[in-house]
Amino acid sequence: MRIVSAYLIGLVFGLGIVISGMANPAKVLNFFDIAGTWDPSLIFVMGGALAVAAIGYRIVLRRPAPALADSFQIPTRRDLDLRLIAGAAIFGIGWGIAGFCPGGALPALGTGRIEVAVFVAAVVAGILAARLMPKPGAAAQRKQ
Amino acid sequence: METDFTPLPSFAGGLLIGLSAVLLMALLGRIAGATGILSGVVTPSGIREWSWRAAMVAGMASAPTAVLLVTGTLPEITVPVPLAYLVVGGVIVGFGASLGNGCTSGHGVCGMARLSPRSIVATLVFMATTGATVFVIRHILGG
Repeated sequence: MRIVSAYLIGLVFGLGIVISGMANPAKVLNFFDIAGTWDPSLIFVMGGALAVAAIGYRIVLRRPAPALADSFQIPTRRDLDLRLIAGAAIFGIGWGIAGFCPGGALPALGTGRIEVAVFVAAVVAGILAARLMPKPGAAAQRKQ
Repeated sequence: METDFTPLPSFAGGLLIGLSAVLLMALLGRIAGATGILSGVVTPSGIREWSWRAAMVAGMASAPTAVLLVTGTLPEITVPVPLAYLVVGGVIVGFGASLGNGCTSGHGVCGMARLSPRSIVATLVFMATTGATVFVIRHILGG
């Protein structure tokens, strides 16, 4: 049941991505190219997604638990740290170079295009490289 | 290269992305962040944590086929950059999103929808650096 649900939720996500244009790097890069061939379409993606998620989360999170799991797993940290800001800044540089983000590329994988597979393989390499970085908790422990 | 302004399909697609985030929270209690999900697939911690993420990635990758079955054509994907940009950009994307605990879907949609201060700051930061990177490549380096 969890597996079938996750598959169908992934399909809904993927349909949203391909219909919206987020799977198309030409469109994504044009969204950021305000000084050039600007295409503001993607602001509508963000608007639609945020409207549904903001309202939906409020309704769903009133329940004691999700339907198919023991508890909601939601990040609780509210502090800002260098790791978050540096990570976001680095991510944006990569997004600007490639035009794909992970949420855009995973659905695009289904087109069978070799470029998409190359990008996703590179993302995986980046994820594995990040795991070699010292964890902030470990650094704090060493200081003590 | 110009692309068509598509406010309606983009908005409709956005609604579906939001819906998937709400469904994942309602059923499995998880944040729908693509980097976190991909990360859980390639660095598994037990079959139970791996299986739903793998199924979700499979569902995402099924979307172009679903579009093909309904409309008769695959969704348009135009890659306006050389393959080397995808390799370099991909590594940077994976590294940065892991370090910062999220990407466009995790911080930009799920976190922003929860009004998480960390996600709001992360989203503003990566939108700024993405825009700056595109500007430098297209208008200063002339790529």
